[in-house]
Amino acid sequence: MTSPTATPTASGLKAGSVLEIRDLHVTVGDGDDAKEILRGVDLTVRGGETHAIMGPNGSGKSTLAYSIAGHPKYTITGGTVTLDGEDVLAMTVDERARAGLFLAMQYPVEVPGVSVSNFLRTAATAVTGEAPKLRTWVKDVRTEMAALEMDSAFAERNVNEGFSGGEKKRHEILQMRLLKPKMAILDETDSGLDVDALRIVSEGVNRAKADSPVGVLLITHYTRILRYIKPDFVHVFVAGRVVEEGGPELAQKLEDEGYAAYVKDSAEQAAVEKTASEKTALEATQQ
Amino acid sequence: MSSNDTSNTVDLDTAELAHAEKAALAAELFAPGVGAQAGPPTTSATATGSAGDTPPGAHSHGGPVLNGQPVPTGSPAERFTSTDPDAFPKPTGREETWRFTPLRRARQLLDGVPSDARLQVESDLPDGAVLASVEAGDPLLKGLPEPVDRLAALTRQRSNGATVLRIAKEAVLDRPVTLRLSGTGAEDVVWGQLVVEVGAFAQATVVLDHAGLAKYSGGAAFLLGDGAQLTVVSVQEWAPGTVHGGQYDSVVGRDATLKQVVVTLGGDLVRLVSNVSYTGTGGSADLYGLYFADETQHQEHRLWVDHSVPNCRSNVVYKGALQGDKAHSVWIGDVRIRPAATGTETYELNRNLVLTDGARADSVPNLEIETGEIVSAGHASATGRFDDEQLFYLCSRGIDAETARRLVVRGFFADVVQHIGIPELQDRLMGTIDARLGALPELDEQPVEVG
Repeated sequence: MTSPTATPTASGLKAGSVLEIRDLHVTVGDGDDAKEILRGVDLTVRGGETHAIMGPNGSGKSTLAYSIAGHPKYTITGGTVTLDGEDVLAMTVDERARAGLFLAMQYPVEVPGVSVSNFLRTAATAVTGEAPKLRTWVKDVRTEMAALEMDSAFAERNVNEGFSGGEKKRHEILQMRLLKPKMAILDETDSGLDVDALRIVSEGVNRAKADSPVGVLLITHYTRILRYIKPDFVHVFVAGRVVEEGGPELAQKLEDEGYAAYVKDSAEQAAVEKTASEKTALEATQQ
Repeated sequence: MSSNDTSNTVDLDTAELAHAEKAALAAELFAPGVGAQAGPPTTSATATGSAGDTPPGAHSHGGPVLNGQPVPTGSPAERFTSTDPDAFPKPTGREETWRFTPLRRARQLLDGVPSDARLQVESDLPDGAVLASVEAGDPLLKGLPEPVDRLAALTRQRSNGATVLRIAKEAVLDRPVTLRLSGTGAEDVVWGQLVVEVGAFAQATVVLDHAGLAKYSGGAAFLLGDGAQLTVVSVQEWAPGTVHGGQYDSVVGRDATLKQVVVTLGGDLVRLVSNVSYTGTGGSADLYGLYFADETQHQEHRLWVDHSVPNCRSNVVYKGALQGDKAHSVWIGDVRIRPAATGTETYELNRNLVLTDGARADSVPNLEIETGEIVSAGHASATGRFDDEQLFYLCSRGIDAETARRLVVRGFFADVVQHIGIPELQDRLMGTIDARLGALPELDEQPVEVG
């Protein structure tokens, strides 16, 4: 299997956008408590492509998502992230969104007192740089809410306040549809969804893919969602880096065999590295 | 990811948490240092978590007793009341009830100088509502709950009678009763007393809309007949220089429903005491409050909910924001569940958002439970800065940090304002808040209706 970086796909050719992640190292925590979560991530997502990132709990999948989006909790200690050649890591959180990045969060945050309709309009205004035309905007919102099987009363509720798990995820995909990003990162959007909600949410993502050459980075623990959203590439993510890459068939292999083999390999690898670095440190001390 | 990892704000609005858990969480979160930007929370916040299974008496704070008589402390022990101002010592600032208040600014009121000055009153009375007045000594006044502090007692005495608003039995008003109360100057002290009598099964909204410049102390009693539904909105949009003190007493009848929304934005010093008592089972009281203290403003809200009869509920939600040097807010939330008040359901919440350095928010919840046979009881108090997770969420949608902050504060307040239920008034108040926060781009337009 050739690295996806070098693989031109049919959809990749028609799309301009490309998200490139090179040797990304990320820590969480300060000073002595700092812990390295991402340990050299390399990934290229082109517009129109869908990449599934699969891995066991604690492998750093969500850290990758939040680091790209710019969450202040995470510290980038090395590597680069670019979108169409622009340095994403130099941008503020809102600049990243305006540049075309979107993160559908696993745990969307409640914002009391801010209505969904006000929030969506403010966000759309910020992303497009001008207030959306009232008539088309209302129609767009209504149409997409109906497609996501969301009640129209939803628009007057406060952002994520009292939403069920399924409602939160639909609301995330509603935002993706309205903000029309170049690159969408879906962080465990499938977690906690029943079959119906999973189908509805997946169809929303597929509509976005059909409408525009959006690149999708689909982070998931399970293969279930990949039956609804077909990935072009599958990456296995263990202990803070990509340990294997392949096509959709890799998902089937994970379904059958799980992550055990990768986790074991990774542990052995880490042990080897640790020994090597200790040896280096020892040598340094001796000198 | 956890929402409290990076956040300065202690957020207790987690709907999933049971009340008791919330209370426990509140206690945990008030470890020393939490909310330190706003000054540490004062006393008892750590000690007052509670749950429905608390054995009777276990939660009592007790209270000082002198010569067999309880001493007024302001905590929900047996509380001293009197119509005689001299039954209360002149405040020195060391008393529990006065220790937060800048007494120098309230001096004119506390001196109790007699005065015939009045606020200008402009009233809008729908059918079913009648405005009248009674003389001092009228039996109606004798039946009111007694003043709980010297200022309230002075007010009762000096106001020399009262304005009475009567809502006829079973009347359902087609629009709110509005009393626009305007101060015309700060030279003379103004004493005022209002009594609102809501007949059985009547439904009414009463707005007390305070503006202008005044040194004013106003008592108000809201007497709800059986099954009555009353919404009281008290807006303090005073001009700078105003000092406003007052005691609001609500007496909730059997199966009656009270909603009170207190909005304090203006004035130099506002100190309002809101008391609620129940005369029959099935009574319900929602007390909402909002305050926004700017430089040197002192805004103090003291609540006392006295559950003495079975199967009543109360819910207190006060939210405040502070900005600027020496902005000071005080919230005291006392709830007492007496031994007879089985089946009580009560919750109280105070949240303070400190927007700049130099502001101070004091928040003291007190919950005293004297029977274990209750549905639920809890409280939470949190003071902090912005919730970083909320800001991150909004910014990740392209909204710049400054707009996101304003949205969050606006939302923080809208959450309370929307309980008023009068769109024009809500818009006006949000407009005032927006102006205080600075212009919000793109939010001045009418909200888009979707659906």
